[in-house]
Amino acid sequence: MTNSPLTPGLAAARLPADAIAAGFSDHEPPLDPHEAAVAADRCYFCYDAPCVDACPTGIDIPLFIRQIATDTPEAAAATILSSNILGGMCARVCPTETLCEGACVRETAEGKPVEIGRLQRYATDVAMTAPQPFARAAATGKHVAVVGAGPAGLACAHRLAMHGHDVTVYEARPKPGGLNEFGIAAYKATDAFAQREVDWLLPIGGITMECGKALGRDVTLTQLQDDFDAVFLGVGLGGVNDPGLGAANGVLRDAVDFIAELRQTEDLTSLPVGRDVVVIGGGMTAVDAAVQSRLLGAENVTIVYRRGQEAMSASDHEQDHATGAGVRIRTNATPVAIHTGDQGAEIEFAYTEDGPGGLQKLDETFRLRADQVLSAIGQRLHAMPDGLVVEGGKIAVTGPGRSTVAGIWAGGDCTAEGEDLTVSAVAQGRDAAEDMHTYLMGGKNG
Amino acid sequence: MADLRSNFVGIKSPNPFWLASAPPTDKEYNVRRAYEAGWGGVVWKTLGAEGPPVVNVNGPRYGVIHGADRRVLGLNNIELITDRPLEVNLREIKQVKRDYPDRALVISLMVPCDEDSWKAILSAIEDTGADGVELNFGCPHGMSERGMGSAVGQVPEYIEMVTRWVKQYSRMPCIVKLTPNIADIRKPAEAAKRGGADAVSLINTINSITSVDLDLFAPEPTIDGKGAHGGYCGPAVKPIALNMVAEIARSAETRGLPISGIGGVTTWRDAAEFMALGAGNVQVCTAAMTYGFKVVQEMISGLGQYLDDKDITLNDLIGRAVPNVTDWQYLNLNYVTKAQIDQDLCIKCGRCYAACEDTSHQAIAMLPGRVFEVKDDECVACNLCVDVCPVEDCITMRELPLGDTDPRTGQKVVEFGNWTTHPNNPMAKAAE
Repeated sequence: MTNSPLTPGLAAARLPADAIAAGFSDHEPPLDPHEAAVAADRCYFCYDAPCVDACPTGIDIPLFIRQIATDTPEAAAATILSSNILGGMCARVCPTETLCEGACVRETAEGKPVEIGRLQRYATDVAMTAPQPFARAAATGKHVAVVGAGPAGLACAHRLAMHGHDVTVYEARPKPGGLNEFGIAAYKATDAFAQREVDWLLPIGGITMECGKALGRDVTLTQLQDDFDAVFLGVGLGGVNDPGLGAANGVLRDAVDFIAELRQTEDLTSLPVGRDVVVIGGGMTAVDAAVQSRLLGAENVTIVYRRGQEAMSASDHEQDHATGAGVRIRTNATPVAIHTGDQGAEIEFAYTEDGPGGLQKLDETFRLRADQVLSAIGQRLHAMPDGLVVEGGKIAVTGPGRSTVAGIWAGGDCTAEGEDLTVSAVAQGRDAAEDMHTYLMGGKNG
Repeated sequence: MADLRSNFVGIKSPNPFWLASAPPTDKEYNVRRAYEAGWGGVVWKTLGAEGPPVVNVNGPRYGVIHGADRRVLGLNNIELITDRPLEVNLREIKQVKRDYPDRALVISLMVPCDEDSWKAILSAIEDTGADGVELNFGCPHGMSERGMGSAVGQVPEYIEMVTRWVKQYSRMPCIVKLTPNIADIRKPAEAAKRGGADAVSLINTINSITSVDLDLFAPEPTIDGKGAHGGYCGPAVKPIALNMVAEIARSAETRGLPISGIGGVTTWRDAAEFMALGAGNVQVCTAAMTYGFKVVQEMISGLGQYLDDKDITLNDLIGRAVPNVTDWQYLNLNYVTKAQIDQDLCIKCGRCYAACEDTSHQAIAMLPGRVFEVKDDECVACNLCVDVCPVEDCITMRELPLGDTDPRTGQKVVEFGNWTTHPNNPMAKAAE
């Protein structure tokens, strides 16, 4: 190996292959049956359990944990998957500390919730070794277009297929999965889990996957409205916000692109990363980009967020994970310029102050060395076809994902409903499918 | 620390914790280790008559009931009495007793129900130096099929007869171990007393099938596809044992008969409860079989601390709760309590609500924000909410003072009154 964390500029293989492999291995290993039994025994089987309320997909958590405790993980998985067909991925990526586990009464009692996320993974891992437990109803003859094969689109397509509708899924990228496949940190979904999950759920039948077909480029909404009985838009947020730092001589890169490339790279020792990496932003994308930069061997990785730490959308757990991986978090600073020169690049930040008049940029600035600046300051909706009302940068919907146009539903990150989480997208896709089903069975103009 | 020295029917031991006759006391090696660990005494595993030793199954001997996290709540065994030669046991008993003169060593006996057999075994153990004998009229499996163990313990006349022989042919203190597999535990205790027993010990194990193998469709433990009932013991049987001990302690016919309490004693607190209900000492088996001999150290320190905290002696404790054990008909029907929930301790699991709403008296309201409140006008004070609440002391029962009105009945709380004088009782006697 010729490179090390100290190699200047961008370089691949800063760490030995085994160190990189270890870093990107399952960051929270699965429970074994004994650990699962011990963890399951801690559940109090609460009445009208708060954890269920806290789950966007409303999984019957006490029931599935009791099914694990009584050694029927297959039944537990059926409980989970009937509410959330992507329960396996959600078990890996959900910020459980702010959802189910945050609401667990044992968090109140002892500061130590039942390990719901890991138990859910235990059950769904068992389920993934067998065909999915769901069957398709008799064909209805209805045909639905789903745009986007991310969590919202997949959940919607699966539920529609279950009800007997035919579904064609249009996905702009070369393979399905959406952010599960291209967005989240690699160590949260090892062993190609995102693809395995898609491969496991599609065989319900009635779903045709059309990859490499983007809305507005390869198909138009008008076409879909003409050719199908209903349309679901789960297009996510295809664009990224601009940090306003110019081209910056190739130093600046979007964190979403960086993560997508990383996720699609077979051999991570071939992926270059800076010696000094600065990530701008305060959400989960920032954390995922920063931690993975460290795992690739960057010497110094700093997350810089413009507001105070309490305003960061990355959870405390995520922030701890980042700092535990050696990432430094700096707050109250906003980027003003990237300086490049013979001595390497630097990014300059102005200090900020949150006051009654909003965020104020102060005069004082500081600079950080930065071979690579990853911008994770949020994503935005691509331009939508005319006729669809967009409010606050998201597709406007009411109730279970009904857009302002009859026959078109939407869900996931492209709408303003819920948080931008995999689990919220699944819930919205599923609920839209149920609403579409009612609509379809009542007649197209019903 | 409090003085834990015990004198049970003349048998002295440094503490009241004995190991019961069972696998842990089967041989010298175990008993020495038990004494070293601090046990006050042992009842040596049951000896049988001279001759070919009994044989045991060579498949599993134990079944189990688990609580959360595989905590052992109950064991079931189909092991018989000692399967080692009589002379080996006798030699070892003599040796151990000589080396540990301050510890109690009682020999458990089970021989066929005839005078000669008992005379012979008593003669055989005479010079071992043991402190006493315990007559095994309790084991409910195997030996009972041969007319011994609980087959004797279920017939009071046999108990009396054998006890009389033992008192006739031995000067050792005689403890009669009772089987719980009987309708009224007082009858065998009375028989033992009539026969001259110095004490009774109880309970022996309860007839049980702990579980069924749902692949083999056979009871567990399964021996080559079949299973037989075994004897159940451990924490799960403690409530049954406590009741039986109390029945003997408070019965006019057996009052004052020393009792060695057995049945699920796992902690010092269990031991204290048995003693408060009249046991002069306790015998332990399952706790040792689950955790090893060291558990006695917690029993010693815990009981000592308790006696110190209460500022009472061991003898003060024995039988102290017996006067408060009564029959239902004498309970105060005018005593009114209401559940109350400490909102600061409540973790909002809602188990009290589910239990009360689904299965009791709909006396808990679920208010917005998962606030659970007792409806005093519905609460009958059944205590189920207290029992199912996972947080200790979160739900407690509040006594209504005399003169207050019970919102459920609209009646004022009045002075003591029980069923014997209640107007609804056709047999009621006029209050004195």
